[in-house]
Amino acid sequence: MKKRYWLFVPLLIFVVLAFLLWQGLGRDPSHRDSALLEKPFPAFSLTTLENDERTVDASLLEGQVTLVNVWGEWCPTCKREMPQLLTLAERGVHLVGVDYKDTRDKGQGFLEEFGNPFALNIFDPEGSLGFDLGVYGAPESFIVDARGNIRYHHTGYITPEDVEDVILPEIRRWQ
Amino acid sequence: MAVTPKALMRALIAAVAILLAATAGADDLHRFDDPALQARYSELIATLRCPKCENQAIGDSGSPIAGDMRTHVARALRRGDSDDDIRQAMVERFGDYVLYRPRLEWRTVALWAGPGVGVLLGLAAIAAVIRSRRDERAEALDDDEQQRLDTLLSRHQGNDDQDRSHQ
Amino acid sequence: MLIEILPEIGLYAMMLALAMALVQAIVPLAGSLTRRPLWMSYAGPMAWGQALFLLVAFVCLALGFLFNDFSVDYIAGNANSQLPWYYRLSAVWGGHEGSVLLWSMMMAFWGLAVSVFSRNLPRDMLARVLSVLGMINAGFLLFILATSSPFERILPAPPMEGADLNPLLQDPGLIVHPPMLYMGYVGFSVAFAFALAALMGGRLDAAWTRWARPWTNLAWAFLSVGIALGSWWAYYELGWGGWWFWDPVENASLMPWLAGTALMHSLAVTEKRGGFKSWTVLLAIVTFSLSLLGTFLVRSGVLTSVHAFANDPSRGTFILVLLGLTVGASLTLYAFRAPRVKSPLGFGWLSRDAMLLFNNIVLLVMTVTVLLGTLYPLILDSLNMGKISVGPPYFNALIVPLTVALGLFMGAGPVTRWKQMTARELIKRLWLSAAVSLAVALMIPWLYDGAWSLPVSLGLLVAAWIVVPLAREPLILIRRFGLRGPGKLSRSHYGMVLGHIGMAVTIVGVTMVSNYDHADNVRMSPGRSVEVGGYSFTMTQLNETRGPNYLSDRATIRVTQGDRLVTLLHPEKRFFTTRRQAMTETALDNGLTRDLYVAMGEALDDGESWAMRIQVKPFVRWLWLGALLMAAGGILAVCDKRYRHRSRTRQTMEARA
Repeated sequence: MKKRYWLFVPLLIFVVLAFLLWQGLGRDPSHRDSALLEKPFPAFSLTTLENDERTVDASLLEGQVTLVNVWGEWCPTCKREMPQLLTLAERGVHLVGVDYKDTRDKGQGFLEEFGNPFALNIFDPEGSLGFDLGVYGAPESFIVDARGNIRYHHTGYITPEDVEDVILPEIRRWQ
Repeated sequence: MAVTPKALMRALIAAVAILLAATAGADDLHRFDDPALQARYSELIATLRCPKCENQAIGDSGSPIAGDMRTHVARALRRGDSDDDIRQAMVERFGDYVLYRPRLEWRTVALWAGPGVGVLLGLAAIAAVIRSRRDERAEALDDDEQQRLDTLLSRHQGNDDQDRSHQ
Repeated sequence: MLIEILPEIGLYAMMLALAMALVQAIVPLAGSLTRRPLWMSYAGPMAWGQALFLLVAFVCLALGFLFNDFSVDYIAGNANSQLPWYYRLSAVWGGHEGSVLLWSMMMAFWGLAVSVFSRNLPRDMLARVLSVLGMINAGFLLFILATSSPFERILPAPPMEGADLNPLLQDPGLIVHPPMLYMGYVGFSVAFAFALAALMGGRLDAAWTRWARPWTNLAWAFLSVGIALGSWWAYYELGWGGWWFWDPVENASLMPWLAGTALMHSLAVTEKRGGFKSWTVLLAIVTFSLSLLGTFLVRSGVLTSVHAFANDPSRGTFILVLLGLTVGASLTLYAFRAPRVKSPLGFGWLSRDAMLLFNNIVLLVMTVTVLLGTLYPLILDSLNMGKISVGPPYFNALIVPLTVALGLFMGAGPVTRWKQMTARELIKRLWLSAAVSLAVALMIPWLYDGAWSLPVSLGLLVAAWIVVPLAREPLILIRRFGLRGPGKLSRSHYGMVLGHIGMAVTIVGVTMVSNYDHADNVRMSPGRSVEVGGYSFTMTQLNETRGPNYLSDRATIRVTQGDRLVTLLHPEKRFFTTRRQAMTETALDNGLTRDLYVAMGEALDDGESWAMRIQVKPFVRWLWLGALLMAAGGILAVCDKRYRHRSRTRQTMEARA
């Protein structure tokens, strides 16, 4: 009798599917790469937290590799993240903060209380820069290279381990 | 309960979410006088996915980022942007992930074409079946055969010797 | 004393059940291969023992919940002493570990039912069927014991209080939804086991389909109810007024339902006409495989969903291995042993055979569509091709036209003849139904809304087209035999009629609620009033109240239509203190032709007003009513005489013995 190869089709489909599912296991479904990777830092024109008369724009980030950290006084995880950011600053990383959806008083109070690792803080009360960055919850961090292109996006909390394991290697990579 | 780091993280995330919800008290009930704009707004917020939530449209989510996105959509509509522009702006910020209707591109070809191909294959299979059997049409089980099937079925009751002969 | 060791008793009972499942998997099969009746007869007692010990394990867990034994990790994570007792009971299956235990217990009870009600099966057939069921449950029990035991203790320092049940699950609908769903999922294992047993024995005549049919119908009925309950729960509990979100977890339950529907129809053809033999076997395998796939998707952590369980990858790996073994082995068996004989029966394009085949194809394409849409983001991601989302716009765009096609065949199918008929005769049988359906479909939008609407007419046309032709057969019988005539049709015929009417009712519900609903997001404060869909909603009060385990903001909304008071609605925003989680408690006024729906959103900045979502949803109840009718149809078909006939002969045989 003629071999009926089509009877193996369901099995074949299943094997492929099972392989793909196996590949998908252990991945974090909520992890996503930023849509802004390899793209220039979005244009903005905002005052700094320190000085409401000084306006800065994206050219601020050119010339050196920068870690841009989006934070807010209202965000408890940001408080836990500050020690790591201070460590990074000590290790010579150039940090710029974005004070996201905050008031000037609260933002300044936050830095007084928890320390200020940032060379400068962009004040973003409306969250417009945060929105353009695709931020959907603070804290989030971006590594921007010397040409002002976004190279790395860290969503959420930078753990003490992340400092050595993730952030510093990424910074070195783009220097 | 043993406080695992995971549980702690979860509790923290929940706390953050509540705090965020409390700060996002802004009135974001966007209303349009033009019913056409209102309809476009409803459609857009129902088909854009909230990037922060677990599978909710921005129109269905209470999370702050969904509120920001609704505000952005409303503002863009008032400015006169097209639906495509608005979607594109969202994709530039949050990735293709926010589109509930994936765009047709090379990597989604199988997704969009799959069902159509399925219908065609199915029709071809039916045609093949009907054609191959056209010449050998036999009668369905008539009463006689039905009876034979029934006796066969009832004969199996507890009759093991009968069963083995079938193996 | 005994209470303190309940979890250990439960754990031990589960181990015993596993041992019995293993014996049930191996010994009867070996017996059927070596023709040893004694070995084959192990199946029945093992099925009893398995069911009994899993019941013991389940009861132990339930008692642990009732007595607030927070030294058990699972109980501490899913209950709280403040939780009302009925939610503490339903919390038994509120989390992953307990729900897989429920799954496994149901599996054992299905197996037990098969062994009790199928004593008249050929002994080797029964041995193989129970052996397959034993293998599946052995796999699941291994999974539970290895990765997900609900009896894990937190010692030596048990917490004083539990973390409470997820507030989303503190709801009467959720007490019954999962058990119904699992009954359906697990029930398809019976058809699967019959198909495999038939493949192993090489006995792929019409007999196995007759044996498998009632079990399949029953499982399908349970699954229908389970899905409807899930949709209903999402409707009133999630607070957005949607009733189907195309969420991966919903899709996971829809896929086996679609494939199971195809299977029921294909089984009918194989039993009645001996056709589609190989196809029916494949569908039985696919249906249960999709049930397992659903379990995998929900519990492995590969996807994000509102409904997914908190999960870890080791479980995912285990289930994937189980899935691979079960499905891989059965499809391999299928590839080698599928019936080699072509069904001798020919049929033409216009025949009930062809209609059923069309229906099967459409249902299967629907299944594939849902599968594609659900897995595509996962697949792209695992190939590192980026993250995309597939949501309602995709599914609606494809499933709606497929449903229209399905409806076309559903209307024509029941009036066609087997084998072949002429186009002329078919038209003769259908033209009046077509005219009536068209008239109804064109008129109702005018009557309801005063304007014509293409989508509404199309939806109603499909619904009417499904129902109207069903009247033909009873009418003929009335003409011929008077009023007693319709009684001559079998219960399985009326089961089909009821099932099809249920589908039409669901389609009416979907059509009306999708096209005529009114929704508005408004700012409400005491004294403020809005008009939505012809009703006037006025907030009269805003209070703070306190429940057993939550605090609540509760509004009173007065609904009037003209001068008539329709109802008072009380939407709430509850804050669950233990979990620190806010929940929307919607207020509903139900009706057969419309629901009024009010949900509280967030408190707005002035502290006095709230964002509220107010909706008028016409005919939304019909969605679930239709599903219940479908389930009733499935059950009615199980009650058909020809299945009872078998048990009667069994009784006489037993009486003789």
